[in-house]
Amino acid sequence: MTVESTAARKPRRSAGTKRTAAKKPPGAQPDLVQLLTPEGKRVKNGEYDAYVADITPEELRGLYRDMVLTRRFDAEATSLQRQGELGLWASLLGQEAAQIGSGRATREDDYVFPTYREHGVAWCRGVDPANLLGMFRGVNNGGWDPNSNNFHLYTIVIGSQTLHATGYAMGIAKDGADSAVIAYFGDGASSQGDVAESFTFSAVYNAPVVFFCQNNQWAISEPTERQTRVPLYQRAQGYGFPGVRVDGNDVLACLAVTKWALERARRGEGPTLVEAYTYRMGAHTTSDDPTKYRADEEREAWEAKDPILRLRTYLEASNHADEGFFAELEAESEALGKRVREVVRAMPDPDRFAIFENAYADGHALVDEERAQFAAYQASFADEGEGIQR
Amino acid sequence: MTAEKMALAKAINESLRTALDSDPKVLIMGEDVGKLGGVFRVTDGLQKDFGEDRVIDTPLAESGIVGTAIGLALRGYRPVVEIQFDGFVFPAYDQIVTQLAKMHARALGKIKLPVVIRIPYGGGIGAVEHHSESPEALFAHVAGLKVVSPSNAGDAYWMMQQAIHSDDPVIFFEPKRRYWDKSEVNREAIPSPLHKARVVREGTDLTLAAYGPMVKVCQEAAAAAQEEGKSLEVLDLRSMSPIDFDAIQASVEKTRRLVVVHEAPVFLGTGAEIAARITERSFYHLEAPVLRVGGYHAPYPPARLEDEYLPGLDRVLDAVDRSLAY
Repeated sequence: MTVESTAARKPRRSAGTKRTAAKKPPGAQPDLVQLLTPEGKRVKNGEYDAYVADITPEELRGLYRDMVLTRRFDAEATSLQRQGELGLWASLLGQEAAQIGSGRATREDDYVFPTYREHGVAWCRGVDPANLLGMFRGVNNGGWDPNSNNFHLYTIVIGSQTLHATGYAMGIAKDGADSAVIAYFGDGASSQGDVAESFTFSAVYNAPVVFFCQNNQWAISEPTERQTRVPLYQRAQGYGFPGVRVDGNDVLACLAVTKWALERARRGEGPTLVEAYTYRMGAHTTSDDPTKYRADEEREAWEAKDPILRLRTYLEASNHADEGFFAELEAESEALGKRVREVVRAMPDPDRFAIFENAYADGHALVDEERAQFAAYQASFADEGEGIQR
Repeated sequence: MTAEKMALAKAINESLRTALDSDPKVLIMGEDVGKLGGVFRVTDGLQKDFGEDRVIDTPLAESGIVGTAIGLALRGYRPVVEIQFDGFVFPAYDQIVTQLAKMHARALGKIKLPVVIRIPYGGGIGAVEHHSESPEALFAHVAGLKVVSPSNAGDAYWMMQQAIHSDDPVIFFEPKRRYWDKSEVNREAIPSPLHKARVVREGTDLTLAAYGPMVKVCQEAAAAAQEEGKSLEVLDLRSMSPIDFDAIQASVEKTRRLVVVHEAPVFLGTGAEIAARITERSFYHLEAPVLRVGGYHAPYPPARLEDEYLPGLDRVLDAVDRSLAY
């Protein structure tokens, strides 16, 4: 049984609309925006086609490339964790379309507030993939300059970044700029108070922010039904802004819907909630064991909806890509894996005094005092050569 | 006119006005800070003069207030946020501790978070539950935050200026029972650095160290002790993070005795840290252990009992006597 049918299983006082929805095959619910079926067939959509109407074969190949390289990067990171090079990795496997589609919808001057799984969005923003690995290796707690790609640091505490995104968007509105903000979060985060507060703030201030919820069906071991009794996109209605559910494994639909939402924001029409309906194909992180809480059949059902496969089918059927393209991409992919591997293995441990660096912007007497004590302690090992080892 | 006598609340109001006037990036945010001017009227008239876009009434959600202030700071603004009462800050505690305090370090210094969080704190006004607490140690314990509290109008004016100019987040504790106390504000004086303590009364026999609302109590205690022939030095710490240990040390090495006074519970409080550090720094100068006077390890009591709970003149003098008896 796929998770789409769970809404129909729930007891409802008025089952009218749900009964209709339940009759439709999964993936074709009236409330799921889809432009590319799991079989790779382009379907029309009166509302959102316009946002991808002028997309060129080259751009389609670009989306495909983004997804393939992101998946390759992700697989390499998982391997590096298994080899002990990373302490942890949070895989995005299965969510490539949601991230690449939405990421490619952003403009350079837009600002992105990610969780810790937005490796595909980071890729779209031009963040060096190697940069993302520092915190998972344990050499820093973030480490990149958010302003160089308008891509904020990964936020680990669930949902907190939606408020930062809202505040940033309020600032954009004050500046009279036409940029927009996109805040990423998941189905689990939808239960957080901060997410609810960000909906309230963005609504009452009409802030130019898109809330992009990747509903990957699982918050570690808890299914979406443990977070909500209504489809998540419907939450928006109670706050007074539109919500839409998009096929999160359909990169075209994610691109179109996110463009629509960002353009609404730019026009001063306020926030939008986009629920990208997708699936976390892997474990929550490398420390997780999904066999303890979910059935293989569920994963298998989602495999048939793979975001990369369906675009490949479409590209081939429409003669937008030839064998040469795929072969070249395969080689590029392997080169990326190799580069990431080398970069991570060569990533040095930080200087021990980094502990004290940047605790404050303007300095702090106690930090200075403790740094000096630490230095004196280290210096006491000077005659042993190297100083104390960790 | 260089100096002007005004109430502490008015001094903060004037300081916010100056900041709004001189820097278009400064914003005021909070519950009821607009038309009403805040429940203590600290932001009175500011929205009228600077508009709703800069003096912003927020939804009633503290985490949201601080979380959006962080976002505004990332966009280049300098938000000054009001938490209506001390006991209401905890919904925002996660945003303050987990996000605001650490973000500069997480970005390896690439971004700054110039956010000021104003919190009216402390008891003595006969308020209902959650309106009289002193949670400063809970913030001072967190690396990445700076924590200050003025004791008088003149300091309130300048410390607010300095807090707003700071590129670090500052938790600005306002002694609410002193809001209406008047003192001189000299807008042309060169203020002392934000995190420096100040000797407000010189003495030779014992040092009383306090901040915020307790400075006045200590000054009164010193005056009373004078009548008994005891010379007490009173130190206004002004900053709880960082703490000006050099100033405390200098005073203690002169007087050889130290009593720290605050409204907050003494257990694991600011006084505990001061006692530990001064013991390390000035062990051979001390004639008596460092003593603390403060709240008890119990919930803040109902208003009819707060005089029993709060350190007053007599409890401070009792500690002075105990110290001098060593």
